[in-house]
Amino acid sequence: MYKVNIGKKILSSNEEYALRNSQLLTEQKKLCLNMISSPGSGKTTILTRTISELKDKIKIGVIEGDIQTEIDAERIRATKAPAIQINTKGACHLSAAQVNSALEKLTLGDLDLIFIENVGNLVCPSAFELGETGKIAVLSVAEGDDKPAKYPAIFAKSKAMLINKIDLLKAGAQVDFDIKRAKTDARKLNKDIEIFPISAKTGEGMTYWYDWLTTEVKKL
Amino acid sequence: MHETMVAESLLEAISAEAAKQNATPVNARISCGMLNAINDEVLRFAFEAISKGTKCEGMKLHIEYKPLRGRCKSCDESFDVELSKPECPKCSSGDFELLADAPLLLEEIEFQTEQ
Repeated sequence: MYKVNIGKKILSSNEEYALRNSQLLTEQKKLCLNMISSPGSGKTTILTRTISELKDKIKIGVIEGDIQTEIDAERIRATKAPAIQINTKGACHLSAAQVNSALEKLTLGDLDLIFIENVGNLVCPSAFELGETGKIAVLSVAEGDDKPAKYPAIFAKSKAMLINKIDLLKAGAQVDFDIKRAKTDARKLNKDIEIFPISAKTGEGMTYWYDWLTTEVKKL
Repeated sequence: MHETMVAESLLEAISAEAAKQNATPVNARISCGMLNAINDEVLRFAFEAISKGTKCEGMKLHIEYKPLRGRCKSCDESFDVELSKPECPKCSSGDFELLADAPLLLEEIEFQTEQ
């Protein structure tokens, strides 16, 4: 028996594409945010409302990741924003190579901000860098306030966290969700994370999110 | 579940080295940070499944987790961050800087010497 030292990154081909994406976005001065959450947290609704309400200020394009169907891309296109759908055919996350070919299909010159809506999954997408400017963790109140403590990786790596569906908290006592607990747990691992409690359905809290996006776009 | 993709990438790297060495790989040592979300059992299972019929069939994977390091902003202590209890073990402060997580690395492959 003999040993050979390798010392090679296992996902190096993903990282090469991520670097390419990041260089392209930096050169063209585009903000690119990778939205990560469980299925059904309301990512697409957040995006359609954000696109509609910011349409005179920020030009937004979307890369949609789903296992199958064009449903989400069609919802985005109904707002007149360009959307490229990626079907992962079973894979639980988007890869940097898939995002690279989607970026080529978008007319970047017409856009200020590109959202990547990752496959609904709170674990796997956090391990794959896509070359994005930052990650946004989305959590809805129906999922429970313990998610930042249970799934630390995504909350530790995100620039911002959206706590969606806060309208459910006001409808009655059906949903137990302690916003303070979710915030405290997320900040334990990520002091700088921006946190926005919102309802993409009623629009509550969305202005703070829009202000943050506008500031981030201007930084570039 | 993304361990399948990690296993594919691993199989590719080990197969390339095995071809170069013209030898049979027996063991591989992998190191991984805490935020890579890699489950060692799932990774072994995925690797076993996809390596069937290749030179890597029957190989053993040894996965070592590298602790996530933090530096306390109150007392400057450097420590391993406990994800379930993120605070400084010396002064109990929760105000610390998270240092870069270790990458997912193929460290070493052990080959069988040809008889």
